[in-house]
Amino acid sequence: MKLLLHNRSMLPGVILTIVFAGAAIVSLVWVPYDITILNIADRMKTPSLIHPFGTDQFGRDILSMIMVGARTSIAVALVAVGIGMLAGVPLGLAAAARRGSLPDEIIMRTNDLVFAFPSLLIAVMITAVFGASALNAIIAIGIFNIPVFARLTRGAALTLWSREYIMAARVAGKGPARISVEHILPNVTNLLIVQGTIQFSLGILAEAGLSYVGLGAQPPTASWGRMLADSQTMISLAPHLALFPGLAILLTVLGLNLLGDGLRDLLDPKLRRART
Amino acid sequence: MSLLVVDNLSLSIHGTPILKDVSMKVDPGRILGVIGESGSGKSMTAFSVLHLLPNGADLSGSISLAGQDILSCSEQQLCGIRGRDVGMVFQEPMTALNPLQTIGAQVAETILIHERVPKSEALARAAEALRRAELPEEKFPLSRYPHELSGGQRQRVVIAMAIALRPKLLIADEPTTALDVTTQAQILALLKRLVAEDGMGLMLISHDLAVVADLADDLVIMRSGEIVESGAAQHLFRNMRHPYSRALLEASGHVPERATPARTMPLLRVQNVVREYESHVHGWWRRTNRFRAVDDVSFEIRKGESLGLVGESGCGKSTLTRAILGLEELQGGEIQLDGKPVASDHKANRDVCRRMQVVFQDPYGSFNPRWRVDRLITEPFHLLDDPPRGSVREAAIVDALESVGMTADDSDKYIHEFSGGQRQRIAIARALIIRPELIILDEAVSALDVSVRAQVLDLLADLGDRFGLTYLFISHDLSVVRSITERVLVMKSGRIVEEGPTDRVFDRPQHDYTRQLVAATPVLPADVA
Repeated sequence: MKLLLHNRSMLPGVILTIVFAGAAIVSLVWVPYDITILNIADRMKTPSLIHPFGTDQFGRDILSMIMVGARTSIAVALVAVGIGMLAGVPLGLAAAARRGSLPDEIIMRTNDLVFAFPSLLIAVMITAVFGASALNAIIAIGIFNIPVFARLTRGAALTLWSREYIMAARVAGKGPARISVEHILPNVTNLLIVQGTIQFSLGILAEAGLSYVGLGAQPPTASWGRMLADSQTMISLAPHLALFPGLAILLTVLGLNLLGDGLRDLLDPKLRRART
Repeated sequence: MSLLVVDNLSLSIHGTPILKDVSMKVDPGRILGVIGESGSGKSMTAFSVLHLLPNGADLSGSISLAGQDILSCSEQQLCGIRGRDVGMVFQEPMTALNPLQTIGAQVAETILIHERVPKSEALARAAEALRRAELPEEKFPLSRYPHELSGGQRQRVVIAMAIALRPKLLIADEPTTALDVTTQAQILALLKRLVAEDGMGLMLISHDLAVVADLADDLVIMRSGEIVESGAAQHLFRNMRHPYSRALLEASGHVPERATPARTMPLLRVQNVVREYESHVHGWWRRTNRFRAVDDVSFEIRKGESLGLVGESGCGKSTLTRAILGLEELQGGEIQLDGKPVASDHKANRDVCRRMQVVFQDPYGSFNPRWRVDRLITEPFHLLDDPPRGSVREAAIVDALESVGMTADDSDKYIHEFSGGQRQRIAIARALIIRPELIILDEAVSALDVSVRAQVLDLLADLGDRFGLTYLFISHDLSVVRSITERVLVMKSGRIVEEGPTDRVFDRPQHDYTRQLVAATPVLPADVA
């Protein structure tokens, strides 16, 4: 805890992350107004005590929509990072364990291939083929997380494979799979957690981007990206319609990046020793 | 007049005392040896002279260099002194050079910082400095990069940087610790020659008494930030008074006692072993280069014997170790333990593997930092078909820890809580836990301080007698091999060039290479202690 306060970027990161995660969780049981009910009489109200963030062109409460939108964003990004880790980490471990072999080459060159395409472009292709939905957005973003984790894991694992304790484990008769799980994985977890938070924030951005062009979550599911898109035509009439979802995206991504930076400093024993 | 006078120097960093009342002096043209084990403050003394100290450092006392008070100098004045009046040579030649700059540019940089001269002149003087460090321009052009040089050659570049401006004082912090013995002898001779030629003062910092004994005019022995003994080297070696210095001297030449019954039964037989590596020098599909790391090696280890394997880095001894452990595939020959092959059908043989274990060099890198000691030392249980569980496992852990002089309480600690010597004991416990017959010690004591090394050697000798262990002792350090082994193999470029009883090989070496090795090994004066 003391370490947490020592690190100046960590604290705002933690607070912002808690605020948005909290909003998403609260929205599961309670929101100020039901966002599926349209109330044309109350449309496009500026922020007031009744509607802290104002209302949109259909009279829906923007605070409630942002809370529900947080749920969509976090769910999409979380599952996408999960896909990336579950597929990428084993691939990276396997490539490192069989360094220089055919499987290693295949895994890493496939990674290069995926990296070679702009991720949003492929996401657009996937949604164009399979239809626009939150699920397809998750899959599209998730696929692009795989090479990120595979490369990170492989790189870190390669340096670990030359350690003497790996040699000791081999002398104890352990095979590459077992060594990867018992010795390599625990020692790359730090890196994975840090990269995970960063990919998480990128996932939120990607989901917002896809929804903005109409390829992400479909109505009536609330999404920050689509709120931005819907408010675009009315930005001169009611700037608050774009302001709040925009701020929500900005602050969440900022918070997660700060958290990731802070975690990296916190989990790196070398940096930790230098500080104390 | 003395060149460097350090008087009553005390240093504390963030309130922790590091040095206490350290006084020493270096005269022009003389070599001061500073000896101490890790944590004795010998490097900190050197860094104090250059005032290169970490934040929070608090110095008191006085340091004067050629009459100038260093402690009252401003940072700007200090920058003028560093490199020009005081040169420094570091331990690790691999990291002391910038890999992206040519050696010429790096040596010339020192000159350009301190003198306003045209670049061409700086380069000419850099070439001169490199020539004095025995890297003549004809063979080693200034445009070479550090990665094109060997460790010894890089250390010469570092020395050339340090002497480029003909400093008054040269500080060498463990300059040869990372080098092979024959290279070490050359570098030490070079330093000695430069001191004589330039009338420089040299402060030679080392943990190795023998290295310093050959060279130093004066000696300072340090322990935990204090000087325990100092004086003229010749006199001091013969009249050590302080118990610590005597213990240090005794530990350097320590020979553990062992019972030596007759050994006749062969345990491990290595026959015509060949290990080749293929490297793709010209892309994937073109010609491949073959490199024979182990070239037609044959030998035997008898039951209960301690066999030494000596060789410099790159001679193939580590590859041979891995081959014996069944971790390398062979291109020819066979390795048998008690008549059974170590590996067959591209796989290591489990019931042979469980009869041997290994202890590695690096006490810091040979343990998974996220495991507790009990899990670490029971890892070899994986080799057993029916590994012990519950109370049997507990008993085995306690037994293994106690037999290496640790306690049962240590089993739930993490490895970072232990010192280097303790870690090496734990590594031995890990090797012992499945009661192997053969233990391979791969430079197992090379990274330890001399006094700790003596204790570990004693422990190994004791365990060997108690459990009837057979040791294969791999090292580049001839004095250690001499103290613990009965027979020795000398390896060079993948081949065994000499083999025989240890005393015979070291006293009357037959092969040229062995002669070179023996001659290069620094020894304490024979009439000492």
